[in-house]
Amino acid sequence: MASPRADTTSKIILGESDLHRVVDRIAHQILEKTSGATGTVLLGIPTRGVPLAQRLAARIHAFEGIDVPVGSLDITLYRDDLRLHATRALGKTELPGGGIDGRRVILVDDVLFSGRTVRAALDALNDVGRPSSVQLAVLVDRGHRQLPIRADYVGKNIPTAVSESVRVSLLEVDGLDEVKLTGGDK
Amino acid sequence: MTGFLIQGVSVLGAAPSDLVLRDGFVVSAPDGTEDVVDGSGLVALPGLVDLHTHLREPGREDAETVETGSRAAALGGYTAVFAMANTSPVADTAGVVEQVWRLGREAGLVDVQPIGAVTVGLAGKQLAELGAMATSAAGVRIFSDDGFCVADPRLMRRALEYVKAFDGIIAQHAEEPRLTEGAQMHEGEVSTRLGLTGWPAVAEEAIIARDVLLAEHVGSRLHVCHVSTAGSVEVLRQAKARGVRVTAEVTPHHLLLTDELAASYDPVFKVNPPLRTAADVAALRQALVDGVIDVVATDHAPHAVEDKECEWAYARPGMLGLETALSIVLSVLGERWDLIADRMSRTPARIAGLDGHGTDLAVGSPANLTLVDPSARRVVDPAELASRSRNTPYTGTTLPGRIVATFLRGEPTVLDGKAVK
Amino acid sequence: MIKHLRSAADLDLATATLILDTAGEMAALAGREVKKLPTLRGRTVVNLFYEDSTRTRISFEAAAKRLSADVINFSAKGSSVSKGESLKDTALTLQAMGADAVVIRHSASGAPHRLASWVDGSVINAGDGTHEHPTQALLDAYTMRSRLGRLAGLRVAIVGDVLHSRVARSNVLLLTTLGAHVTLVGPPTLVPRDIAAALSPATKVSYDLDSVLPDMDVVMMLRVQTERMQDSYFPSAREYSRRYGLDLARMRKLPEHAIVMHPGPMNRGMEIAPEVADSSRSTIVEQVANGVSARMAVLYLLLGGKA
Ligand SMILES: [Zn+2]
Repeated sequence: MASPRADTTSKIILGESDLHRVVDRIAHQILEKTSGATGTVLLGIPTRGVPLAQRLAARIHAFEGIDVPVGSLDITLYRDDLRLHATRALGKTELPGGGIDGRRVILVDDVLFSGRTVRAALDALNDVGRPSSVQLAVLVDRGHRQLPIRADYVGKNIPTAVSESVRVSLLEVDGLDEVKLTGGDK
Repeated sequence: MTGFLIQGVSVLGAAPSDLVLRDGFVVSAPDGTEDVVDGSGLVALPGLVDLHTHLREPGREDAETVETGSRAAALGGYTAVFAMANTSPVADTAGVVEQVWRLGREAGLVDVQPIGAVTVGLAGKQLAELGAMATSAAGVRIFSDDGFCVADPRLMRRALEYVKAFDGIIAQHAEEPRLTEGAQMHEGEVSTRLGLTGWPAVAEEAIIARDVLLAEHVGSRLHVCHVSTAGSVEVLRQAKARGVRVTAEVTPHHLLLTDELAASYDPVFKVNPPLRTAADVAALRQALVDGVIDVVATDHAPHAVEDKECEWAYARPGMLGLETALSIVLSVLGERWDLIADRMSRTPARIAGLDGHGTDLAVGSPANLTLVDPSARRVVDPAELASRSRNTPYTGTTLPGRIVATFLRGEPTVLDGKAVK
Repeated sequence: MIKHLRSAADLDLATATLILDTAGEMAALAGREVKKLPTLRGRTVVNLFYEDSTRTRISFEAAAKRLSADVINFSAKGSSVSKGESLKDTALTLQAMGADAVVIRHSASGAPHRLASWVDGSVINAGDGTHEHPTQALLDAYTMRSRLGRLAGLRVAIVGDVLHSRVARSNVLLLTTLGAHVTLVGPPTLVPRDIAAALSPATKVSYDLDSVLPDMDVVMMLRVQTERMQDSYFPSAREYSRRYGLDLARMRKLPEHAIVMHPGPMNRGMEIAPEVADSSRSTIVEQVANGVSARMAVLYLLLGGKA
């Protein structure tokens, strides 16, 4: 959720133009690795993965004129850390018209951290269809994995301390585009 | 027998003076052998008289006994209480009323005056042996089926007439039973919201209206228990203006609490008649000041834990009253000591024809009195109550006033706020 | 998030809307044939039913199981409940078992409130006496929103034995919170005169069903128990159904888009004619399916976070 970020020790990692350039690069990499994004579906993980997936699709269209189907996959009901937080509102799960069976699904999220979100996403995916393969695209990889999971497309690797947090802001959700590293002193 | 010298006590709010008690009476001067009680800051009242107490013995000694109820009464400033007849067995014979009377004398903390049942087994079908109870050692004067209404109009008429032979009085629990089948609380907005079956005010008012007409017709005295509605007050006001010989009581809880408290569904607030609306409370307070309602009576109704820690509909109605009554009245009326003495001592004793109680503290009067510290405040803690039960609706509330001492015929039953036995 | 759901009055607009939105997501999952979600794995939900209601119990059980909760059915029959164990003792037993939520159905109004004072877990009211049935109101609101696209401004008539209806009380409270306009219809003996003041001052009351129908978006028929006749609430089943029953002729007075609801079980021929119950306006079958989604949403929102 977007919240006021009155932090003292924060550093901008990606500004607006950096962020746009990183998205462009991921779009190019997807085109490259998937031979023109054929048979591919982008599924954003709410909240910020969804607009990211839409941007990637828009950039792919801009570069190659290809329409990649976009959807969203909410993973809340599959999380294993529900008891650690106040109850979360559910996000939307919307699969594109053709579904995902037999397609290459690229999961899109803003930050890759412990890997638990992706684990939950794989469980959720399993319940909604049977893709031929699954890939992962993230804007930021900040390390500290707790599960054997890696991303296929990474916008930027940011070395962090566990106590720090990475805040991704997107125009569609937060009113501006930037990535910040904050905290350390909790 | 020791005498007592109460120094510097304010009798009914008057300037401080000394009170000397000896041989069961108020006397004019000390003889130097008295125990001294510091009365500074305290107010002396004639010992309180409760026309409506449930002592539960015989039958429900797990909820209260004559002894524990007597102790609660003494701690509340009472020197006489009238014990209702809805025991098990019912106090509908000379044998049962004498048993209760004797237990009261043995406990020796207040004068326990048994009330006799109007009908056999409180069943509302056939008159109990009212005369036998009147001439028993207990000397019963008040008869009541309290808990139930004497609903049959012919039976009520006969009872009112019959007790004239021995100057008895019928105390009616006014509740038209057909209008209150399954009733759980006052019928109104709150009952509608809570989905609890309503107890309409008219069920009380209709019986009082009928009974004042019956009493007028046969020229008898009628006493109305626990008046709870503004409408009842109006019926009584008119009857009294016409000269009907009717008296009425109100409970402390009906002077203070309202039906909104049922919203918790905590049955500690379930009582019969039920807590009514704020408008009813206001009318009852005014009627008590005006004298349309003659007395405050507690309807002290102890209940065992399992009868209250349950669903509202399954709980028994009733709440404790003896140990908090004076504080509630004090908070409602303020320090109007003469009015308080009238509504809680003189008038109830007169209604009951009880000699030796309800008399002002003049030289030669029986030494039945209580000393109150009006400046004290206390937070009600059920665990500290002398009653065997815990069903007070005032848990955690701060109440004004504390009973410091109570004397029954010159002997202390309470000293330093503690029961002497 | 709220801890208990004892009354529809526990829900403000934001919370009620969240539950309906969540129910929508749950329904979408059911549509994709997802049978079981791992969400409430390791949590214990007790169904404590003092009244027979197979429909409601099965609905809660299905909802809890689809979320992978452990479900314990503690029904009045064949348990210590029927041997006179008090609600409080039962509550202490459930507490010792570590129940995270207790779904209670009870014939005494306010039993869920009492239970909530004795257990640490969440208490969900599945119908208490003549008081409330908040999850029924949620599934009804969900059904209205699915059929008509909105709740704010909807005109809803609730017809029948309002006095004894927990469904009516919960619906009035919830629908008012959600911005709908409720009219209560029935004989004066069964529509308490202070019902509007008690629940929501904007509620209207009418004793004339025919005059109300042309303005309604929704008409909800309440079950009327024939034993009310013995207590003189109305003279006969025949007179009741003539004055307050929904038959085909009356249904035609409704606007084209209006829907007909019934919480079930129905007295066909009494408050609702069979042709009306089976018509395309009737939502009675989908109400049952929506019940599971609404209860999944409630269980998730009450139990899906930090206790
Ligand atoms: Zn009574």
